[in-house]
Amino acid sequence: MESENRYHPGLYRWSVLLACGTLLLVVAGAMVTSRDAGLSVPDWPLSYGKLMPQMEGGILYEHGHRMIATTVGLLTIVSLVWIFRVDRRAWLRKLAVVALLAVIVQGVLGGLTVLLLLPWWISSSHATLAQLFFSTTVAMALFTSRPWLAGASPIPEQPEYPIRFASLAAPIVIVGQLFLGAAVRHKAIGSIYHICGAPLVAGVVFWVSMRILQHYAPNRELVFGAKALMTITLVQIFLGIAAYMTRIAYADAVQPMPLMVTFTVLHVAVGALTLATSVILAILVRRNLGATVAMPAMTAEAISARS
Amino acid sequence: MSEWKLKPVPTAKPFFLLIFLLAGCGNTTPPSPERGKTALPEGHVDPVTAGTITGRILFHGTPPVMPVIDMSSNPSCQREHKGQVRAQTVVVNSNGTLRNAFVWIKSGLPPAHWSPPAETVKLAQNGCIYEPHVEGIMVGQQLEILNDDPVNHNVHAESQINAAWNISEPPRAEHSFRKFTAPEVLIPVSCSVHPWMRSYLGVVPHPFFAVSGEDGTFTIPVVPPGTYTIEVVHEKLGKKEGTVTLTPGGSATLDFTYGI
Repeated sequence: MESENRYHPGLYRWSVLLACGTLLLVVAGAMVTSRDAGLSVPDWPLSYGKLMPQMEGGILYEHGHRMIATTVGLLTIVSLVWIFRVDRRAWLRKLAVVALLAVIVQGVLGGLTVLLLLPWWISSSHATLAQLFFSTTVAMALFTSRPWLAGASPIPEQPEYPIRFASLAAPIVIVGQLFLGAAVRHKAIGSIYHICGAPLVAGVVFWVSMRILQHYAPNRELVFGAKALMTITLVQIFLGIAAYMTRIAYADAVQPMPLMVTFTVLHVAVGALTLATSVILAILVRRNLGATVAMPAMTAEAISARS
Repeated sequence: MSEWKLKPVPTAKPFFLLIFLLAGCGNTTPPSPERGKTALPEGHVDPVTAGTITGRILFHGTPPVMPVIDMSSNPSCQREHKGQVRAQTVVVNSNGTLRNAFVWIKSGLPPAHWSPPAETVKLAQNGCIYEPHVEGIMVGQQLEILNDDPVNHNVHAESQINAAWNISEPPRAEHSFRKFTAPEVLIPVSCSVHPWMRSYLGVVPHPFFAVSGEDGTFTIPVVPPGTYTIEVVHEKLGKKEGTVTLTPGGSATLDFTYGI
């Protein structure tokens, strides 16, 4: 019973910190790839046999990425312990365990990609798992937030416009598109596959979002989520075009050019935000559709929070 | 305490037998690192009949202007240079010839095993630039990697046929040594710490190769007489082939032309 759980401001803020740290980690990882710095530190887990090598050139990005990853790993461990101490929701505890396992696997994949000299399938899996882990941390922040603990905002599902399963389509196609993008960045496939995937993803995202806006307008949570997803997707399409154009413009450059790096890194970061938003929207859809009114079971604190 | 004593495992013997049998499956010949080499006669050139293959790598068209390398974020590298450093992707000499093209005898030599010389082929890192930019090395010959810079480098051989490797080279580290086991032309060598650093190695099974220099010419000396296919490989402009016949004690000339 969610109503048995009190809102813990500290845990919520910690979860938000974890999510922000993970987004920073995704940005740092994108910087490593965009600057071709993935192999600048040949050894792992140490860097040039040290905990702290001379931070110059590609080492700054690669070792910086490792330092942020270590920090995120520690944040995840604390998050797990905190949830087990104060939160009684078994599924949230399981999610915290999954998050810790994911961050461990992610670290191992990162190490393997260095030691095995960037095999595309390990590097792409590393990049995709990073995005999934970010969505997990955002979901954890949602689940520990005051609005979530205050209860659902029920709205009946309209049989002629079902949305419960349709909303899952968006995160699924986005994950596929993110994997294709990672495979392009790691030179496994041509960019044409990722480019062709973009209209499909945009179509699914706008179809789901428009259905919510047209037929579930009374639910403010869903409407906000749908609008956010559409906006972020539009930004992402623009960034994708910009990243592609700059990559073509600087195809013969002898070193990564700042404009190309900037647009590519932003494209990766906003890709993570797109996935996270679609996941949150799918979660809210499943929570609110058909949910019973939970008001009587809510605590006084929760009621005041909603008002 | 005696109950904690380890007991012999009764299944250990069949287990090791199984491993032994599995290890032998599919490989009836005992592995030998020298296998294949001993089947061929040792390569030898008679100095009396040996000749020389020379030529030029010409470039037609407007020479491209190579971009200036931006080392501003790496002061240690920048300090090593007085002026601007340009990329060496396509270097056209003042006489209209092309520098840094790798030339080698691709086919035509009688089957033989050519032992690599004891001398090492040196790849230096000076001012965060590889020197030389292109060079040849024989299969089995030692590549000696030097780092005279005050910064860390990694050296990544991006080979496709040989096993790829990536090693760290701390500032003014002891020299590293590597060998290649199979012919491969060209292998890019790169540094991810300084992404502009790029060099190319032509790994060949014999000593008959050269790299075009500042005058755009190449010379392959002490070649046995015969008819050969000569291949020239450029990192950016690609490959070209030509045929040449070398008479005993004579010399042959073959020019190649590239353009953009």
